[in-house]
Amino acid sequence: MGITLTEAAAEHVRGFLKKRGRGGGIRLGVKTSGCSGLAYVLEVFDEPEPEDVVFEDRDVKVVVDPKSLIYLDGTELDFTREGLNEGFKFNNPNVKDACGCGESFNV
Amino acid sequence: MSLMQISEPGEAPRTAEHRRAAGIDLGTTNSLVASVIDEQAVTLGDGQGGQLLPSVVRYLASGSPRVGLTDQQFIHDDPLNTISSVKRFMGRGVEDIRKLADQFPYEFVRAERGMPRIRTVAGDFSPVEVSAEILKALKTRAEQALGGELEGVVITVPAYFDDAQRQATKDAAQLAGLKVLRLLNEPTAAAIAYGLDQGAEGIHAIYDLGGGTFDISILRFSKGVFEVLATAGDSALGGDDIDRVIAEWLLDQAGIGADADQGCLQEIMYHARKAKEALTAQDSFAFSIERPDGALWQGRLERVVFEDLIRPVIKRTLAPCKRVLRDANIDVRDICEVVMVGGSTRIPCVRDMVGAFFHCQPHVDIDPDKVVAIGAAIQADILVGNKPGDDMLLLDVIPLSLGIETMGGLVEKLIPRNTTIPVTRAQKFTTFKDGQTAMVIHVVQGERELVSDNRSLARFELQGIPPMVAGAAHIQVTFQVDADGLLSVSARELSTGVETGIVVKPSYGLSEEEIEHMLRDSLTHASDDVSIRRLREYQVEAERAINVIQVALAENGERLLSREERARIDMALAALQAVQDGDDYLAIKQAMTNLDRATAEFAERRMNASIHDALTGHKVNEFSG
Repeated sequence: MGITLTEAAAEHVRGFLKKRGRGGGIRLGVKTSGCSGLAYVLEVFDEPEPEDVVFEDRDVKVVVDPKSLIYLDGTELDFTREGLNEGFKFNNPNVKDACGCGESFNV
Repeated sequence: MSLMQISEPGEAPRTAEHRRAAGIDLGTTNSLVASVIDEQAVTLGDGQGGQLLPSVVRYLASGSPRVGLTDQQFIHDDPLNTISSVKRFMGRGVEDIRKLADQFPYEFVRAERGMPRIRTVAGDFSPVEVSAEILKALKTRAEQALGGELEGVVITVPAYFDDAQRQATKDAAQLAGLKVLRLLNEPTAAAIAYGLDQGAEGIHAIYDLGGGTFDISILRFSKGVFEVLATAGDSALGGDDIDRVIAEWLLDQAGIGADADQGCLQEIMYHARKAKEALTAQDSFAFSIERPDGALWQGRLERVVFEDLIRPVIKRTLAPCKRVLRDANIDVRDICEVVMVGGSTRIPCVRDMVGAFFHCQPHVDIDPDKVVAIGAAIQADILVGNKPGDDMLLLDVIPLSLGIETMGGLVEKLIPRNTTIPVTRAQKFTTFKDGQTAMVIHVVQGERELVSDNRSLARFELQGIPPMVAGAAHIQVTFQVDADGLLSVSARELSTGVETGIVVKPSYGLSEEEIEHMLRDSLTHASDDVSIRRLREYQVEAERAINVIQVALAENGERLLSREERARIDMALAALQAVQDGDDYLAIKQAMTNLDRATAEFAERRMNASIHDALTGHKVNEFSG
């Protein structure tokens, strides 16, 4: 299934990388945290790790470590505005429920 | 979910700093706090060399209560205000405590919601509040040792603790200002301390002989998960019994009568304990005791004699060991590892006998007083996120099935016992009567078929169900048991979305023996239960049928039925009502078949009549669109 980006997300990533001046793309991952189990990681990467799985969508390179991929496979990364905030959003089909604070989720 | 921004590599708060976490062994007699420091789990002391904090709280007329060692002596001087063994009261109702209260000097007062409180000079305190004082003392100790506020703690509880007792423990932690990452079963903590979770899959026995209680647990480790297969024990057997047999020997040897005054007997108990501790390493121990008549008695206890004396006490632990193997349905040869917990397992003779029983060398390398706290600390360290990449996730199982009451006082189990937690299960239920707008959700725990034979956990009402005919409403009941074994139940009417729920709070507690008893009962009564369920189901069905027919008769019985037809239905109805509450399910079944037959024609006419009513007055082309 892999990882995909919406056009809005891809545009923002490309803009971010351009402003930063370097970077191979973005890394998506999960870590244990929050009140309901897992939380997302979204960061820029310079060099992928050897074990990383690499995806490319809309001219953006996305790397995911194999363990996180179990939880993220099929995820679409979106960029959206909610009220005064704007930012990236994970549309993850694996999520069963999320916690109240919105930081963490369960699969 | 919250929206995210792109972080720099590694900046996404992975484990930039070591987060302070601790494991707490909240014991009946002593409590301990431990933490992982420089990758080593160590217990944290009071700064004066003491590690064990006696689980004793003394309330003073003014000022904050005092916790721990210095107060133990006041149990004798100030028994009413010095609370010990409070763990035994956690999550228990007034009724349960009445049984226990005889052994304790405290004055219990009944308070709102059935939660008992203990009267002291400083006011009335619930067991939860007393426990919170102990936890506060441990928290202070940990924060001093670690140099800052704790992110979270793991607190251990006996494997047989029920939801009410677990919730009470969590409440105490909250009161003490601690964030509970998880409650962990004590035997599981001991297994973690020995790294059994890093080893091969297999079945392990945890032998815990403390000061006053004995527990034996069988854990199965598979696919990274510890499952409690069975527990057994004796809540009145421990190191104190060993002291007592030595004391009796001393009284006998020194020629002191058992009628000697309290002070002298306490002195003897003190010497007995000293002898027990010394004989763990030495081959003999010398006494010098002042008799009540003033004469000095001097004597010597050889290790061989000591072992002969205490062997019967240790033998008493082997019966629960046999029982637990039987309950877990395993052979002693299936046991891979045996872990020793509790100060009394320091005695070499205990180790030998346990080793012989399980045919293997028990684990004794970690201080048996600290092993549970150390396991909890390791777990806390992982849960707080200090070990990235370590995906150990510990799961436990629920000890008794959870379900709700359905019509006829029957239990519908939503989560069967031994299901690994966390778990969420949902099931749809419906209304029983026409126009029913509310439904009582009665949450029960146990293995039996009838609600009355199980334990009631909670009861709440879902209101605002739109009036519909019986059976048309869809009410989804969801049971969720979190990683700490706490149960939340919610009920939701699917068409309107009205929802209500409850988190199970203490109503009253349940002892290990009672759980065993409940399990055994469900086996011995299995066939009775099946037949009573069948009977109740027919009874409920009969009531429903009577209801439906009565409503129908009132509606258009006059219009659609001749006098004879009506009489026949009334007779069949009366025949069913006559047997409805009886014990003979076949009679109910027969009467229902008869009623069904008697009303078949009526039902058909009703159907035709309603179609006729629906169509009359409309043009055909209204229906063709």
